[in-house]
Order: sequence, then structure tokens, then C-alpha cells
Amino acid sequence: MRTVATFEIDYIQFLGEDGRLLREDLPEFAKDPKALVALFKQMLLVRSFDTKAVALQRTGKLGTYASCLGHEATHIGIGSAMQLDDVLAPSYREYGAQFVRGVKPREVLLYWGGDERGSDFSGPAHDYPWCVPIGTQCLHAAGAALAFKLRKEPRVAVAMVGDGGSSKSDTYAAINSAGAYGLPFVLCIINNQWAISVPRKSQTGARTLAQKGIAGGLECVQVDGNDLIAVRAAMDHALKLARAGHGGSVLEFVTYRLSDHTTADDARRYRADEEVKAAWTREPLVRLRTYLTALGVWSETEELAWREVCNQRVDEEVNAYLQTPPPPVTDMFDYLYETLPLDLAAQRDDAIDWESR
Amino acid sequence: MAAITLIEAITLALAHEMEADPTVLILGEDVGVNGGVFRATAGLQQRFGDQRVLDTPLDETTIAGLTVGLATQGMKPIAEVQFDGFVYPMLDHLICHAARFRNRTRGRLTCPMVLRVPWGGGIRAPEHHSEANESMFTNVPGLRVVMPSSPQRAYGLLLAAIRDPDPVVYMEPKRIYRQYKEDVPDDGEALPLDVCFVLRDGSDVTLVTWGAQVKETLEAAEKMAAEGISAEVIDVATLKPLDFDTIHESVRKTGRCVIVHEACRTAGFGAEIAARLAEHAMYDLVAPVERVTGYDVPIPLFRLEMKYLPSVEKIVAAVQRTLAAS
Repeated sequence: MRTVATFEIDYIQFLGEDGRLLREDLPEFAKDPKALVALFKQMLLVRSFDTKAVALQRTGKLGTYASCLGHEATHIGIGSAMQLDDVLAPSYREYGAQFVRGVKPREVLLYWGGDERGSDFSGPAHDYPWCVPIGTQCLHAAGAALAFKLRKEPRVAVAMVGDGGSSKSDTYAAINSAGAYGLPFVLCIINNQWAISVPRKSQTGARTLAQKGIAGGLECVQVDGNDLIAVRAAMDHALKLARAGHGGSVLEFVTYRLSDHTTADDARRYRADEEVKAAWTREPLVRLRTYLTALGVWSETEELAWREVCNQRVDEEVNAYLQTPPPPVTDMFDYLYETLPLDLAAQRDDAIDWESR
Repeated sequence: MAAITLIEAITLALAHEMEADPTVLILGEDVGVNGGVFRATAGLQQRFGDQRVLDTPLDETTIAGLTVGLATQGMKPIAEVQFDGFVYPMLDHLICHAARFRNRTRGRLTCPMVLRVPWGGGIRAPEHHSEANESMFTNVPGLRVVMPSSPQRAYGLLLAAIRDPDPVVYMEPKRIYRQYKEDVPDDGEALPLDVCFVLRDGSDVTLVTWGAQVKETLEAAEKMAAEGISAEVIDVATLKPLDFDTIHESVRKTGRCVIVHEACRTAGFGAEIAARLAEHAMYDLVAPVERVTGYDVPIPLFRLEMKYLPSVEKIVAAVQRTLAAS
């Protein structure tokens, strides 16, 4: 017997849970504390937004909302590593990555507030909207990457999917086609341990989710998703490989969903308080704050001041959302086809007619 | 100009648009060197290269998902699914995404794509190779559903489908792929995607059909003409959006309507046409609308499949019932 192939999965981590550096070989971007402070501020802004969005739902001013509590390092790390003309195909809670790319908080609120105009991003024109059918966005990103490759454009398509979504055939299909065509494609598996009520261990017998990319011939690595430096470093590397024509990657970001699945869920029904309590000690803001404070580039005073700025910004976005009047009834017809089919015109007229009664 | 078959007209239209528009590309299983299992893409990879005609991994979900990704990022993909019975894994991408991207992003992202589906029974094929599933697509807002029934219409409608800025499901009646030849000028002239074709004028009854059944329906009309019955024959061709006006106009004249389709009866597309006749043409009708359709069973394997499909005899019998009713 002989071995025809062997594989291993590296684990990337720079910051320990106590906020101390675990290794000396800091990536270039992380050597500039100011750059890290800028990213930390983005993480705080997302936390502020998320808290407010949940409150809006609880007070009846927003529909069902999927919180991103605990995902801040993963989302900001991924979004900030991408170039603007790359394409992001998110699932439905990756607001941090999207804010960095120019999606406005008011657009997130419009979407969960029941208004399609939320997906008409004023920022990244080619990014995909939130994707509810689990994992399907992975293949759209692979198709986008195929378009970039065929047109010889130095762009990368990035898909984000959850640990639950890593079980979908679409996700495997994206991995497989990215390998078969050598696509500039990066699949980010956000392993937050829970797919609604089903824990990570019930999704798969695989020891890591990163290794799912091995079968497709992609570069695979597992990353501490609560460590912003690790997330950003792993993304930078994967994007560089893809952009240089060296193919795709699967990155598993290990993090924790500190919130319910959505505001319609109650996670206390299926997971222990102790587990959540322990997860709070590993959450991403604490360790980066500790690290930056130790470096002397961040303080409680600065944090209080920045939180005030965040709250103001979020309030402005919330007000913009709340003051947006509902779309005209004709909008449900007018964007379905480029030209309204005659067949549908009568139904549109009917809807207008009912408006005037 | 040589006379060509329906499948050759499809190849001709594909080549015409590949030549005219560099963003057009073809993807599917075996579409490359092999030219597709029905030869629809024969010679195209040799002519346009493997960056324009791409073999995919053997997974229909992959084809559909990649097609949506390509279409939303500035390409015009034409996807081929090998057989109608393999289209089901693609529905998630077609229904949840292709048909909705324009609407759900308020026009920011669009999905101009064509899915070519060899369609229908009657070719003594193995299991899952003979499905008439067009009404699954006509029920989806945001799609267009097209089915040609002649070489000329195959050419003109495929050009229109490729040029359309929205997703089109282009269903190809494989039983008549090579039924007959006709002259098809390669003039780049597209046909409209929302107009029915009146193939034969008549005054006693309107026969409404599409796809491979156009053959039997025309034969039935010819046979009845010998008996003094004048049948008008309409090839719907563009099922969604439906040109109901052409059908209504004909029924106003004839007062009778027989709808012929291969798909099973319940919620088949004939039901939609019959419902619209009930809504808009009740007082024009002198007899109940008749449907000649497949039964509400999976299409049988080939020892029985011709007993499932509409036949000339069944169509004539239905017409005679409408005549007897008034």
C-alpha cells in the first residue's frame, strides 16, 4: 500500500482569548496600530447597529431580523480585505462586511422592514443581495468568478455561508466548479456553531468545515473567526492567490452566534446558558480592545466618544429608514421584466384601481 | 440556402448570436467537443473556442447556479440541460434567483439567460427523458417560456430569447427535432416573444396547441377539412407571457375551442387558457372548451407512451364533441 495524497488543515490565530499576541510574525497591515483601530471602530459600529436593529424589531418597527452579534471580527475582516470591484455574495447577516463595502445601514433596515429597495445598494453595484435559500449564493459567486476569469479581469468573487450552509449541495457544487475551472473564488464558511437549533456536530462528521474544500482542489484553512487579525490575514492571502490566477480557497472562520438565529427564534430552547456565557469570554470585541489598549492606541475615553458617534450615525440611518414612505403598488410589477408584458399590464391596472378606491 | 431541421436551426441561431455578441456563451454537459447529446452545439466549440462553449461538471445545480452568476455579472449565458427530466435540481436557481434578481434588486442586477430544455416524449427514450413540464415554468413570475414547433420559428424565437434582457426557458420539442426540413435564412431576424402564430385559418373550431403536438393538430385539421370541418390552428409558441388576444380573436370567430397539449391535464397550461376563455369569451362560445392532454400520470415508458400522448384521433374526437354540442 502507498499513500497517493495527504492533506492537512492549518489553523490561523494571532490574538489569544486574553488579547495577547500568540506569534511574532504579524502581517504587514497589523503592524500599523492605527489601521487596526480603524477596523475596531467598524466592529463597534456594527455592534451598535445590530443592537438598535433588534430593538426596532422588538418595538414593532422592523420585521424579522437576523442579528450578527459575535460575528464582527469575521465580517469586518472579510469585507475590509476585499477590493471594491470584487463581488460579495453574502447570506443574510453579514452586515459588517457589507458596510465596509458601502452598503448603507438604512438599506439593511429597509430589507428587513419589508421593502425590496433595500437590496438596491447605493454602494457596491455588483454585489449580490441577501440570500435566503441557503448556500445558493455560493454558486452565484462561482458563476461571477467564471465571468471574471473568462474576461481576464483581476477580480475575485467571495461567498459567505454558514456552518449549516456548508451541508448544502450548492456549496459543494461551488467548491467543485471553482476547482474544475480554477476560479478566482473565495468561500468563507462562517462557522458560528448553530444552524438555528442544530449544532455544528450534527451537520457533518468532518473534523473541520475547511476540509470540505480539499475535495474540490481548493486551498483550505481554518481561522479563529473572533480574531480580527487572523481573519484579515487569511482573507488577504486567499484573495491574493485568487487574483493572481492561482485558484480558489475555502476559509472556515470559527466563531459563535451570540444571538438568537433571528428575532423569531429563542435559542434558550436548544442551547445551554453556560455555553453562551463561555462564548462571551471569547467574543471578538473584547480581545481586540484588550490588545489595542495594551498597545496604548485605544482607551475607555476614546471608546465612549466613538460609541456616541456610532449611536448618532445609527440614529440617522434609522430615521432615514423610518421616514422612507412605502413604495408605490406599481413597483411590484415594474421591476419584474425590463418591459412589462401586455399580459401583466391588466393586473397592474387592477392594482392601481384598488389603490384609488 | 439549404433546407434545415429544427435542431439545425437551433445550432444556426446559437452560432449567429455567438458571432454577433461576444458576451454570449454556452455551457452544459457534453456541449463542447461532443456538441451536445442532440448535436445542438455541434461544431461550436471548434469554431468559438473553449472559453465560449464550456463543458460543465456533471451537475444540473452547478449549471443553473453558474448561469445565474454569469448572467448577473454581464455575460449572456445559454445553458443546456440534457433532458427535461433533469431540470428539477435547477428550479431553486431559476425560481428563487434568475426570475427574481431584477425585481428583488429593483433593477440593479439582472439575469439575461436562456435555459435550453430538450422537451417531451415520443422518442422511445429511457425513464426521465420524456417530460412535458412547461407548466412548472409558466407558473413562475419573472420567467419567459417559449416553445418552437418549426425550424423557422426555432431560429427566430431562439434569437429573441438570447437577446431578451430577462431569463427565458426555451423548450425544444425533441420529437420533431428532425421531423422535416425548411428553408431558414440566417438573416438574424428575431421573432416576437409574445405573439401566438396562426398556422391555419378556419371557421368552425379553434385548435390551440404548442410544441410537438402542432404536428398532430395540423394533421387533424387536414383530415377534418376533407370532411368539411374548418379548423383554425394556433401555435401558442410563447406560453409566458401569453398572447391571449390572438386566441380570443379566433374563438370569437369559431365559437369552439379545443386545447391540445402533451403535459398532464390538471393545472397543465391548457387550464390557464381554458380559464381565460371562461373569463373573457364565455358568450363567444357555443360549446364547452375541450382539452386533449396527457393523463395525470407520469409519462409511461415507451411501450405505452404513444397511448399517453394526444393523437390525431383524440383531437378529431374532441372536435366532434364540440360540434355535437351546438
